[in-house]
Amino acid sequence: MSLGRKPLTARIDWPVIYLYLALVAIGIAAVYSVEYTNFSDPFFNMSKSHMKQLTWLCVSLVVGLIIILTDSKFFLAVAYLSYLTGILLLLATFALGSEVKGSHSFIKFGSFSFQPGELCKIFTALALARFLSTPETNFKTLKDRLIASAIVLLPCAIIIKQNETGLALVYFSFFLAMYREGLPNAILLIGFSVAGLLVGTLLIERLPFFIIITAIPILITWLLRRQLKRNRILIVVIVGAWLIAVLFSQVVVPYVFKNVFQGYQTERIYSMLGQDVPQEYQKPGVVPKKDADYNVRQSKIAIGSGGLLGKGFGNGTQTKYSFVPEQNTDFVFCGIGEQFGFAGSTLLVLLYMTLLLRIVFIAERQRSMFSRVYAYCVASILFFHLAINLSMTMGLAPVIGITLPMLSYGGTSLLSFSILLFILLRLDADRQVLIR
Amino acid sequence: MFVALSLCIFHFSFSSMSAFSQNPRPWIIRGVFVVLAVILIARLFTLQILDDKYKVMAEGQAIFRKVVYPARGAIIDRKGKALLINNVAYDLACIPNKIKDLDTAQFCTVMGIDQATFLKTMKKLITRNGYQRQSIYEAGLSQEKNARLQENLYLFEGFELLERSTRTYPLGIGAHIFGYLNEVSEGMLGNSRYASYRQGDYVGQSGLESRYEEVLRGQRGVAYMVRDVLNRPRDSYKNGSMDTPSIAGRSLELYLDADLQAYGEKLMAGKIGSAIAIDPKTGGILALVSAPSYDPNLLSGATFAKGYTELSRSYTRPLFNRAILAQYPPGSTFKPLTALIGLDVGVITPAFGYPCGGGYYACGRRIGCTHSGGGHAANLRLAMANSCNSYFCDVFRKTVDAKKWAGGTHEGLQRWHDYLSAFGLGHPLGIDIPGEKPGGIPDSSYFNQKYHGSWNSCTMVFVGMGQGEVDMTPLQMANAMCLIANRGYYYIPHFVKSVGGNAQDPTLKDYLVKHTPTHISDSAFESVIMGMEDVVNRGTGRVAILPGVEVCGKTGTVENYWILNGQKTKLDNHSVFVCFAPKNDPKIAIAVVVQNSGYGATWAGPIASLMMEKYLKDSISGASRIALQEKMYKANTVKSYIRVIDSLQRQKDLLRDMLRTADRRTQDSVKKQRDTMLVRQIMKEYYQLNTGSEVKTNNGTIRFQN
Repeated sequence: MSLGRKPLTARIDWPVIYLYLALVAIGIAAVYSVEYTNFSDPFFNMSKSHMKQLTWLCVSLVVGLIIILTDSKFFLAVAYLSYLTGILLLLATFALGSEVKGSHSFIKFGSFSFQPGELCKIFTALALARFLSTPETNFKTLKDRLIASAIVLLPCAIIIKQNETGLALVYFSFFLAMYREGLPNAILLIGFSVAGLLVGTLLIERLPFFIIITAIPILITWLLRRQLKRNRILIVVIVGAWLIAVLFSQVVVPYVFKNVFQGYQTERIYSMLGQDVPQEYQKPGVVPKKDADYNVRQSKIAIGSGGLLGKGFGNGTQTKYSFVPEQNTDFVFCGIGEQFGFAGSTLLVLLYMTLLLRIVFIAERQRSMFSRVYAYCVASILFFHLAINLSMTMGLAPVIGITLPMLSYGGTSLLSFSILLFILLRLDADRQVLIR
Repeated sequence: MFVALSLCIFHFSFSSMSAFSQNPRPWIIRGVFVVLAVILIARLFTLQILDDKYKVMAEGQAIFRKVVYPARGAIIDRKGKALLINNVAYDLACIPNKIKDLDTAQFCTVMGIDQATFLKTMKKLITRNGYQRQSIYEAGLSQEKNARLQENLYLFEGFELLERSTRTYPLGIGAHIFGYLNEVSEGMLGNSRYASYRQGDYVGQSGLESRYEEVLRGQRGVAYMVRDVLNRPRDSYKNGSMDTPSIAGRSLELYLDADLQAYGEKLMAGKIGSAIAIDPKTGGILALVSAPSYDPNLLSGATFAKGYTELSRSYTRPLFNRAILAQYPPGSTFKPLTALIGLDVGVITPAFGYPCGGGYYACGRRIGCTHSGGGHAANLRLAMANSCNSYFCDVFRKTVDAKKWAGGTHEGLQRWHDYLSAFGLGHPLGIDIPGEKPGGIPDSSYFNQKYHGSWNSCTMVFVGMGQGEVDMTPLQMANAMCLIANRGYYYIPHFVKSVGGNAQDPTLKDYLVKHTPTHISDSAFESVIMGMEDVVNRGTGRVAILPGVEVCGKTGTVENYWILNGQKTKLDNHSVFVCFAPKNDPKIAIAVVVQNSGYGATWAGPIASLMMEKYLKDSISGASRIALQEKMYKANTVKSYIRVIDSLQRQKDLLRDMLRTADRRTQDSVKKQRDTMLVRQIMKEYYQLNTGSEVKTNNGTIRFQN
């Protein structure tokens, strides 16, 4: 029996909707618990953040409904056009944009302001999906790989110019989707390894890190002992990678910190991770600025003080009394960590993982390539946001302004993730139809 | 790195799976997601479960311990009238090394001071208390300043407003009784009694406030509060489940009669001296006046420092509680005691008379008597009524020289001393305000030391009439009256009737004991009392006659001297009067001393009599009595030489202090010198050791053999 004859409601993937609603609800609860000192105060107070967020949820659901009722071919048809609009909007910010917190990425319509960079993620995902699914495209050729990369990197470059590094970095997540469609293994490996090497060098002391990066190639060699017999070049690759890693972490980074960087630069890099500058890199005359790492320090205190079960709903002292800056937006996870402890935080992480794996599952059941690429783009964007946001609140990644999908307070963020997900649901509803 | 590792594991170890081998990439991507989850959960585990330091840091940031001071116990008089009222005062405290990024200009604006004053105060605080401890920046903030600070306090990190209760005294009486509250001093903190106090706590410094500190203060509570990032207290922590509530102090009910006390203070105004009224049946003090007195509100709250300086500089020394600290020779008021001992020892009978012709010559010199008429000392009653000096000198000598003492006069004087000691003289009585002086009753060893053993009853014959070597505090005079009024027993004079409504409270146990020190016969007491009744009815104390009340009393006119420039200079007599009434059912016993004013019947007598009338009859009646009252109100008996004496005394005190300081300095420098020499010696020895001179060590010390 063809799925196409079933009613639309039966073809929609409800688990994703449930997960989506659960996460938004958690976000609203987190905002509510931090802002309310007294639970007997009226809940329906439009001046409070949680009500604003609730309103945004309603708006998102309306937009979602419109998307669901739209024909799935529409998204294929407008993919390039929307991408072009997105780029134009991004460029328009240079002319029309107003400055918010030092970045130049917002456009204002009266009292309503939005970030074209957020919306452009969706357009880029559509454009990339359209390009890869076009029959003329052969993703095995270097030319098409370059074109695909250009589609991703063009908005990224403009956003970097707008001084929104965090948002720009999100565009690199599209390479994960492209990897699924045939980008070489090495790209992914190198990408993750470089990121791991960078963070590891800063977070872990030199000697233990040396042991770790030496242990990994040895382990890999042991695991790949059969392949190694057949492929001798692999040994050269592994040894080469190891040498580069050692050289980078043991020689280059210390040299740069000691001799190239000024004291304040070292300070800034370490404080982004919420770390003190190690003794060996400290320069005389540079007084450590305590405020530099204030965010991450406070965030770690809030999460760490949660313990196993947390302090209970509404009892978070650190978040409730404003010790953690931006605790409704980028650091919304602190509230969860403090109030619900390890148990609640783990549950939230697992909830996100379920959503990610569900999206991959959805992606793999698509008949049309356009839908599949788009689904992977959604998964990649969510993955990147999660990884960076959660890591930075726990002091594992540098503090770059990136929201926690569905949870962070803020209309643009919630709306853009909603659109992203509902388009996916709409395409998935027609998974048996070949969209071209 | 972890990611890379897991990628490889996924890539190669599951290569047998069919779906995986068909297209491994979806699985690799899933693997990446799972690895992220694992990393995040592992990190959460280390942060939230393994590492405790964040919990400690969070508590340090957000939770603070607030000491809650309970209301101090109330004090009410015998009729339930409130003698003082509790108020809340705020102190601004600071811990110098916690002051961070203080906007000094703003702070000074809020406090209404200039920067120089601020720096000076801070310097003073730091030298006194150091950087670590909390010091009171300003005590007893004004209402307006407090309001301004409450608003802006979050701007001044390191500063804190402390709430505490202070006292105000609506009646403005009893300053010497209640004492005052002040910050606990460095010296007191070393005392085990105040071990639980912290710098900046307030504590009773004298009077009842000090004596009943443990009762009045209650129990401090602790409240745990949550504060926000701006240091403002926001909420109670864990709904107050960890808090200890404060327990209010217990109240004191006094025997004191507020009306009588106020009346006494009014009568004693413009005089130096003291007036004490005691209820003989309980030992409860009805009034205790030390003149000059002062308004207790002066030493409460914000005015403390100013008030204290002013009072301590005054030449009349109002802070000096003369009722228990001043020691006067009792003068003729001692005569009833002399008679009582004489009767009990058996050397006289009530019928005993002395042929006084205006003086006592038995000791080879004349001791004057104000009367010379024949028969004015024909028996005890007459002698008492006329206050015959000769008579009581004779009785004293007869007592100590009695044949029954095997040890002669030495034993006689010792026995005499024992009697007086039993009457509560020569040692502190144990009143429930601190600092009481013992008075002085000489014994044999005192005279042995003074006269190298060669003395007889003539040497101290004056003590029989209350002059010379006897000293009593006004309190002891009043207590002696109680003993006589009660015919042989007394309770230690005290203020507090009940603690928190409990009259049997353990803190009062000393005052519930009936002291029956001697077993003097009732007839002896009756004879003395009849003599004292005659003093009032037809003798020297006629001013104390109260129609309808049988008053017994005794006047005293005390000669006293001051050593001025090495010369013994006679000053005006102290006017003393002791009395009790009614004779057969004593309700009040009074002792009044008015320093350097004249005859006992001129000043002390009227004051004692008016107080007695006020207490027994509630008001003063009769034109002559009201005129007397007016005269007492207006009179100022403070002599101008008091100022001279005071300044000389202060110079002497200053000199003594300076000598003491110099002495300590000398000791310090001697010690320092000794230390230096010791070091030098050790250096020398070390040097010789190294140059190889012979050394023998003995018990670890290096000794040299030359």
